[in-house]
Amino acid sequence: MKNPYFPLPVRIENVLVETEDKNIKTFTLSFIHKENEEQFRYRPGQFAELTVFGKGEAPFGMASSPTQPGFLEFSISKVGVVTNALHQMSEGEILGIRGPFGNGYPSETFKGKNVVLIGGGFGFSTLRALTNYMIEETNREEFKKITVIYGARRPGFLLYKSDLETWQNRSDIQVFLTVDQDDIGWHGKVGTVPVVTREVAPDAENTYALVCGPPAMIKYTLPVLKELNFPNERIFLSLEMRMKCGIGKCGRCNIGSKYVCQDGPVFSYAEILNLTSDDIF
Amino acid sequence: MKAKIIRKKDISGFLDRLIQAYRVYAPVMQNGYFLFKTIKSGSEASLNYHNTKMSPKDILFPQSEVLFRYQLDKRGVEIDAPAQDERDLVIFGIRPCDVRGIQALDKVFSKNPKDPYFEERRNRTVIVGLGCKENHNGCFCTAVGGGPCADDGSDLFLIDIGDEYLIRVISDKGEVFLKGEDLPDAETQKIAFAAVVAEKAQDALRPCVEVQGSEDILTQRFNDPVWDVISEKCIGCGVCTYLCPTCHCFDICDEAVNKEGKGIRIWDSCQYPLFTRQASGPNPRDTVGKRMRQRIMHKFVYFPDEQGMLGCTGCGRCVIECPVNLDIREVLNILLRTGAAR
Repeated sequence: MKNPYFPLPVRIENVLVETEDKNIKTFTLSFIHKENEEQFRYRPGQFAELTVFGKGEAPFGMASSPTQPGFLEFSISKVGVVTNALHQMSEGEILGIRGPFGNGYPSETFKGKNVVLIGGGFGFSTLRALTNYMIEETNREEFKKITVIYGARRPGFLLYKSDLETWQNRSDIQVFLTVDQDDIGWHGKVGTVPVVTREVAPDAENTYALVCGPPAMIKYTLPVLKELNFPNERIFLSLEMRMKCGIGKCGRCNIGSKYVCQDGPVFSYAEILNLTSDDIF
Repeated sequence: MKAKIIRKKDISGFLDRLIQAYRVYAPVMQNGYFLFKTIKSGSEASLNYHNTKMSPKDILFPQSEVLFRYQLDKRGVEIDAPAQDERDLVIFGIRPCDVRGIQALDKVFSKNPKDPYFEERRNRTVIVGLGCKENHNGCFCTAVGGGPCADDGSDLFLIDIGDEYLIRVISDKGEVFLKGEDLPDAETQKIAFAAVVAEKAQDALRPCVEVQGSEDILTQRFNDPVWDVISEKCIGCGVCTYLCPTCHCFDICDEAVNKEGKGIRIWDSCQYPLFTRQASGPNPRDTVGKRMRQRIMHKFVYFPDEQGMLGCTGCGRCVIECPVNLDIREVLNILLRTGAAR
């Protein structure tokens, strides 16, 4: 029996500082044993537990897309014991990984439809994975119009600058970037994600909205989507809860009868409204 | 159903024989209270007890357990599973409420993806239940669908019929377990007498709260301020969850010296403020009221919804040991009887 608690060894291949405050870094990891890479088949929106040996584990969503084999990427904010230790680490060092866990974005349900991806801060990481997944050559024709709305505090807090540039240069995906506060040289929009969503979101007809970001962003974006006539069944949210085991046993990530680590982290807004929930956003 | 008879004075010798082949856990008196312990001799065990201070859940789900050991080197990391005890286990003389606790843990840990540590021990465990002749302060198994002589979940089940125990053979595992023992079959009248003992015990423990149908009421009261009122005296010590036979929350920690370390699972509690706090700050259960609500809702709404059984067995340990006398029976009565005041 495969032991779900055993971390698989991975090596840090690259560390990229993403934000101007240097508090978010993207780690590129590769499996030390090739057969483990085979075992680790994931979809955008799923997450994994990363182990810093000697410090512990913490959950992170995959920022890379399964269409880019050979490596995994995680964008990690320096906030706690594990992430502080991670930020001290560099190329060549060894980490552990368990997963993939959770359901991921239900990409098969929005095949043949328009999709708007709405993200804020570094909650954007799994939406970045999904975007790269959907625009990959063999997948692109499965989806109709793709719109990305992505906001951050300042231009220096937007992640994945090279991806954003690539996307903006493509004609088959629309990208709207926004910041709360602009800087010299900023060509994007200025304003919060909900405000920009109201302005640029595609028609709700035949469109799915995928939302991931800080609680306040989610809270104020939902009424905008309702105003734009998105039905609850076509709004998907990726939720955050503290998670540990990843397999629905350790008991901390439940919202009502659902475990975020198993039944989520992606839920439709209709499902969420049916849950007896603590204040999650 | 088959039934056998064993004389009380033969129990000790019976256990002595078991110890040759099994790791036997039985109630042992220590420091003035009972606990389930591995026994080395049958005489250490005593079946003349109300219940153990801790639930025996730690036999299958230890309070602290090494999940793996690791060694880092330049090329990677070597991960090894800890060695397992090779002997099969017997939990001897466990009360029906605690057997139900194991059934609840079965639901959690044996559900896919299975927990290999629990599963491995559970498959090698024989459960010998012991019926309760009388109830004690705190008991309320009959209110939550159990009973003092409920034998489901046990492999063998003992009922006190005077100088002897009647042994009900419940499962195939139980039957195989008794194979080597030359115990007489129970006569019809003894089987009937045991049934009377069981019925009497059941009748003596009137349900103190009606939990059937409580799911809807509790769900309706989710946002009711009543939770803050009920939890006012709770000090968040978490003893209720540690003693509870169904509570299964845990944390996974890493302990290391230089390049060597181990991944350890330890019990955790939803009653602690840091349990759900994220490193980045947000905490969905940031008040005592919300944490108590989680505990009650989990046992009486979420667990039934998810696993098809209540997450409370009525053992009463949380009632007896709460340092501020919070009584889950009273809490339920307040929630269920006072109606949804808004």
